[in-house]
Amino acid sequence: MAGLELLSDQGYRLDGRKATELRKVQARMGVFAQADGSAYLEQGNTRALAVVYGPHEMRGSRSRTLHDRAAINCQYSMATFSTAERKRRPHGDRKSTEMSLHLKQTFEAAIMTQLYPRSQIDIYVKILQSDGGNYSVCVNAATLAVIDAGIPMRDYVCACSVGFVDETPLADLCYAEESVSSLSVALLPRGGQIALLQMDARLHQDHLEALMEAAMTACKGVSKVLDEVVRQHLQEAAVLNVCP
Amino acid sequence: MLKSKTFVKKTRSGGVMKIVREHYLRDDIWCGSEVCTGCKQESTVLQKDACIESNLCSYPHYLIPDTNVVLHQIDVLEDPVIRNVIILQTVLQEVRHRSAPIYKRVKDMIHEKEKHFYTFTNEHHRETFIEREPGETANDRNDRAIRVSAKWYSQHLKPFEADTEGLKVVLLTNDLRNKQTAEESGFRMSSATVFIISGEEYIKSLIANPELVDRLALSNDEKVTNEITSSKLLYPEHLPLSRIQAGIKSGSFLQGTFRASRDNYLEATVFVQGEGEDGTEVLLQGLQNLNRAVHQDVVAVQLLPRNQWVAPSSVVLQDEGAAKDDNVDEEEEENTLKESATESVRKPTGKVVGIIKRNWRPFCGMLNVSQIKESTRHLFTPADRRIPRIRIETRQAATLAGQRIMVAIDGWPKDSRYPNGHFVRSLGSAGEKETEEEVLLLEHDVPHQAFSQAVLSFLPKMPWAITPEEMAKRMDLRHLTVCSVDPPGCTDIDDALHCRELENGNLEVGVHIADVSHFIRPGNALDKEAANRGTTVYLCGKRIDMVPELLSSNLCSLRSNVERLAFSCIWEMNHKAEILSTKFTKSIINSKASLTYAEAQMRIDDTSMNDEITTSLRGLNKLAKILKRQRIEKGALTLSSLEVRFHMDSETHDPIELQTKELMETNSMVEEFMLLANISVAQKIYDEFSECALLRKHPAPPPSNYDILLKAAKSKNVEIHTDSAKALADSLDGARVKDFPYFNTLLRILATRCMMQAVYFCSGMDSDFHHYGLASPIYTHFTSPIRRYADIIVHRLLAVAIGADSTYADLMDKHKQSALCNNLNYRHKMAQYAQRSSVAFHTQLFFKSRGILNEEGFVLFVRKNAIIVLIPKFGLEGTVFFDSKDKTAPNIVFDEEGPTLTVEQHTFHIFDKVKVTISLDASNIQHQKIRMALTEPVIPGVSVPVPDVEPQAKKPKLDR
Repeated sequence: MAGLELLSDQGYRLDGRKATELRKVQARMGVFAQADGSAYLEQGNTRALAVVYGPHEMRGSRSRTLHDRAAINCQYSMATFSTAERKRRPHGDRKSTEMSLHLKQTFEAAIMTQLYPRSQIDIYVKILQSDGGNYSVCVNAATLAVIDAGIPMRDYVCACSVGFVDETPLADLCYAEESVSSLSVALLPRGGQIALLQMDARLHQDHLEALMEAAMTACKGVSKVLDEVVRQHLQEAAVLNVCP
Repeated sequence: MLKSKTFVKKTRSGGVMKIVREHYLRDDIWCGSEVCTGCKQESTVLQKDACIESNLCSYPHYLIPDTNVVLHQIDVLEDPVIRNVIILQTVLQEVRHRSAPIYKRVKDMIHEKEKHFYTFTNEHHRETFIEREPGETANDRNDRAIRVSAKWYSQHLKPFEADTEGLKVVLLTNDLRNKQTAEESGFRMSSATVFIISGEEYIKSLIANPELVDRLALSNDEKVTNEITSSKLLYPEHLPLSRIQAGIKSGSFLQGTFRASRDNYLEATVFVQGEGEDGTEVLLQGLQNLNRAVHQDVVAVQLLPRNQWVAPSSVVLQDEGAAKDDNVDEEEEENTLKESATESVRKPTGKVVGIIKRNWRPFCGMLNVSQIKESTRHLFTPADRRIPRIRIETRQAATLAGQRIMVAIDGWPKDSRYPNGHFVRSLGSAGEKETEEEVLLLEHDVPHQAFSQAVLSFLPKMPWAITPEEMAKRMDLRHLTVCSVDPPGCTDIDDALHCRELENGNLEVGVHIADVSHFIRPGNALDKEAANRGTTVYLCGKRIDMVPELLSSNLCSLRSNVERLAFSCIWEMNHKAEILSTKFTKSIINSKASLTYAEAQMRIDDTSMNDEITTSLRGLNKLAKILKRQRIEKGALTLSSLEVRFHMDSETHDPIELQTKELMETNSMVEEFMLLANISVAQKIYDEFSECALLRKHPAPPPSNYDILLKAAKSKNVEIHTDSAKALADSLDGARVKDFPYFNTLLRILATRCMMQAVYFCSGMDSDFHHYGLASPIYTHFTSPIRRYADIIVHRLLAVAIGADSTYADLMDKHKQSALCNNLNYRHKMAQYAQRSSVAFHTQLFFKSRGILNEEGFVLFVRKNAIIVLIPKFGLEGTVFFDSKDKTAPNIVFDEEGPTLTVEQHTFHIFDKVKVTISLDASNIQHQKIRMALTEPVIPGVSVPVPDVEPQAKKPKLDR
């Protein structure tokens, strides 16, 4: 077999999308009643669940208390059934620790932590099904969950991965496309500020700018969808509150 | 922007892995037809007036070929007559999996505007996507997908039928079952009509182009009649791929590239890549064991038990039996092969059990017209002797006889002696210079078409001048006395030199190389074309440029008295040629003189001349001698090969005189400084880019390569040491025999044949950088960017290293570099072969007009039934055979240890002086060859009488 042709001459990708098109994004907020905030988000075949507790007083070791702002605690995990082969995924392996750290940094940049000094916000994210772009999907899901919890943020944080094939940036990679050199960006779309930028492949600097541009556009696309989800959810919630 | 209307999940199981992929269906995929007004397409590909004159389809129509039609009839599809074809994505994907070369050809056609080929992405179109049904095979699903798309097209175009004189869609399929299913499923009943025609019928129906029929490939269902094939199976069945793979994994089969022997059509070797560097060669003997493998195929072989191993025969055998009686011949010939050999020389022997990948390409050659007058089946003999003859079907045999033609192989059934193929195109009549040159270039895969418009568009606009910005960036060296020294008639001058004394008494030496990378920017069409061509190919009297003429002979060429951009390498040296400092810079130079080697030599020798150029040359010459001595002390080899020059008639361009090339001091002077520049640059770019420097290495040959050299030297009581390059160089220098001044040169010629090929490689992919021949730890090519692409890359790397230019992604990617190196190595090899063939062809032309000559020569090799003789005067090598089919063979005794060959009473050793007659044998017009026959020593019944000195009108028939 001759490998996969990631981008055809006609400009279609493996799954029929064009280079700049995102996968279908579907989301629901407030899926769990007991948590302070929760959301479920699908981006193509990647599905994630995010749950937020807080802000509440510090639990566990008090030494982590920050006196001017809230401490953010993130935990990322993958379900055993999230990939084609079932695999036990212990907590605290290197990959998920790293991912947790990335999420933490992202949300420290977005949440207005100075409003809640000496308190703690917990964000738990679980990948239910994985098909590429795990980090971005987690960020997007967690954003909705934080909004659901009513925690003030500077802006939505929207994330998206971008890959580089045949001199063309591809937005929102699926698993099969993730073999190419790619980068993930988490963006605060309104100000265009970058909350996190991650890339662990080699890429020539000439291409970086084009790739960043594509990533920002894609993130703005995501933010539009998320905004719609939030408005929809608010409308439903408002109707529910009025009716009874 | 419309997005993902429907959402379908596609599950594909390959092996155990379950892969789940999304599959978006779109409704913004347009039909690509000029006619359609419903689609919101920006540009259309398919014409409104899509007429191909055909008996079957008298209306305008679009063709939809299915996968098998594309795979088998690609030669027909490539004809300019065939236009307005819809290639479905399903078809394209299937072709991609089945055959990479055909996929590339299809893609080329799609890109060609005049062909009007449109790719319809049917798998992502909402109305043409289908899901595989339970119980349906993948192939059936794809066939159905093709039918559904064809139907969709015809329905889609239905409303416009009126304006287009009944535009229709025609589905081409060779598969009878597919055709039936299509008809059953109501294609004709449906409101729009799709016509289903088999590919062959369609092509046969084309009115204007009867010759296209010859290009039709024979399909499987059209059984080749038993007229030509006996009912008995000639070959064992090939194993299926799954079993081959299992066998390779378990170690019972070996995978390797099949290499047919040039001299013996019943013999071949398979080179099996072992782990690491080493590989083994497996010998194959006999048609049964070769089992339909063709040169360059990737095959699976099974080793025979050790007691059946054989030694490679030294018999030269050519497949010359006519098609009819070949079976008888072969048995005899195969028997001659099976001679008992001593245990020591036996090699691992095996048989082909299956073909992993065919490497068929169109072959050049000539038609052997069948004796039966009306017959449409003829045998085709390829120019390359390693390719078997091919049976083709043509109705124009009479016109094709005597022409060089191209033929492609379609298949090789197991009951057929020869593979079946079809005619592709004619190149012109044989023996003509243009035709032969074309054949030569095609056979060696040398890209030789004129440069395309896209490429030419990246050339600088004339009149060209150096801009002030450029002037500011570069070092101005116009005041220096720079001159170039090249062979006579050279128009692509890529190097120039200067040497001057500095105030501190040291010498400043500069090598200035044409700054080609300034004109060829990375990534554009010009660059891609040059990268593909890899090198300029020099044939006798013709040059196939790597870059367009404007650059190669004008803007880049460092001609005298014009300002040119250069990349300079400047050293400060003391009078002992020790380098004190090295500097690289982009510069502007103004060469003061373009000299030939002879002119430069004259200036140096003429003591009355004392101008600046001459003093500069003398300085260079003095330093070069020291450099050369140092290099040889380090163990660099001086090897020898005879190169010949033709003096061409200025009008007919026929060779009128042959001359071996002379080497002068100035040749070596220029060479020394080029070597020095190359080594300095190699070190610099490697220091700067340890991962992606493009370097050149020359591996040390394995000791066994030297066997022939050692044996040959021993026969003259000379000892050769081969432990290291230095030892070899020293013992070669010491090897002299009294009264035999040519011995040393002959020995060096033999030594050259023992060497490995030098290759380009990327420093990040290899750890051994040593250049054996030059005895340098690191080496690259920097000095000829006009004619070698490797040098352009090196220029770019060096420019980045000194901050004169910026990098780009591919330059820093070691995998891409490595792929580029592979291409460059391949092109260089092919260019070399093409060059040699061109020399051989011109030698033939030369001897054609000379009649029979009697010349002195030396025995270079001894074979079982022949000796190979080198004639120093012409640098010509030829074979003298001692046995022939139609005559009683003389008593021949071959001794492998010597090696010697005793014919009747006379014993031939390597290096023996003999006299031979040379004549052109034109009996086989395709392989005209130089024939040699022995005149001295006189062996009764073997040697021929000394011919008259005057050229004879009729050549006597010579023994062979």
